[in-house]
Amino acid sequence: MPIQYYIYFCLTLFSIGIIGVLTRRNAIIVFMCIELMLNAVNLLLVAFSKMHHGAALAANPASTAGIDGQLFVFFIMVVAAAEVSVGLAIIVMMYRNTHSVDINFLNRLKN
Amino acid sequence: MSTIQILFFFLSVLAIFSAIMVLISKNPVHSVLWLIAVFFAISGHYILLNAQFLAIVNLIVYAGAIMVLFLFVIMLMNLNADSEPRKHQWMKIAGVISGGCFLMVLISLVRQTVEITGKTALVKEGNIGLIKNLGKVLFSDFVVPFEISSVLFLSAMVGAVVIGKKD
Repeated sequence: MPIQYYIYFCLTLFSIGIIGVLTRRNAIIVFMCIELMLNAVNLLLVAFSKMHHGAALAANPASTAGIDGQLFVFFIMVVAAAEVSVGLAIIVMMYRNTHSVDINFLNRLKN
Repeated sequence: MSTIQILFFFLSVLAIFSAIMVLISKNPVHSVLWLIAVFFAISGHYILLNAQFLAIVNLIVYAGAIMVLFLFVIMLMNLNADSEPRKHQWMKIAGVISGGCFLMVLISLVRQTVEITGKTALVKEGNIGLIKNLGKVLFSDFVVPFEISSVLFLSAMVGAVVIGKKD
C-alpha cells in the first residue's frame, strides 16, 4: 500500500480533529477531538514504521528496523490514558463550579 | 483491486465518516459512540499493517477504558442535546475554513516531497508488530521509559483524585 494513502488519510483525520477543536464549545467534545488527533498521529507512526521495516527487510531478512515507531505508539497511548483521567477530573470540577461545560467560561480563570 | 485495497478504503471511509459524525452530532453520547467506531476502524488499520499488539491495546485502552470514562462523565453530568452550548454560525464557518486551509497546505507539502515517492508501507507481512518482538525491545532498550511511565500513572491517579475531590 503506498505510503501516500496513509499520509492523506491521517491528515484528513487530523484536520477533522482541528476543525472540531475550533468549532465546538462543549469541553468534552473538544477533548474527544484531541483524542482523534492523537490517534491519527499513532496510525501514521505505525505506517512509517512498516515503511522502514519493509525497506530494511529487503537487505536483511532478520532485521527489526522500525520497531521503535510501534513502541512510541505504545508510549503515546500510555500518556493519553493518564492525560484523559486528569483532564476529565478538571472538566468535572469545572462543571461543579459553573454548572456548564461551555469552554467560554474558561476564558477568565479567576472566580 | 485486491482485497487489501478494498479493506483499506472501506476502513478509511468508515473512519472519516465516523469522525465527521463525531463533530456534527448534537448529543454528546452519540459523539462518544461515533468516536468508538473511529477507534475500531483504526484498529482494523493496525491489523492490516500486522501490528497486532497495538490493535488489541488500542481496543482495550481507547475503546474500552477511555471511552467508557467519557461516557461515564457525560452521564454523570446528564448532558444532552438541549444543554449543548451554541456557537455563532460564522465562527463555525471560520473554523471549517481554517481547518480546510491547514489540510490543503499539508497535502500540497506531501505532494511535493520527493523522499516518499514510490515508498510503500509493508502490509500483511513483517513481524515487528507481534507481541514477542515488541516485548523483547520494550524490556531491553526501553525499560527506563517503561518504568517512568508507571510513575506517571501513579501521579496521574493521585492528581485525578485530588482535583476531583469535593471542596
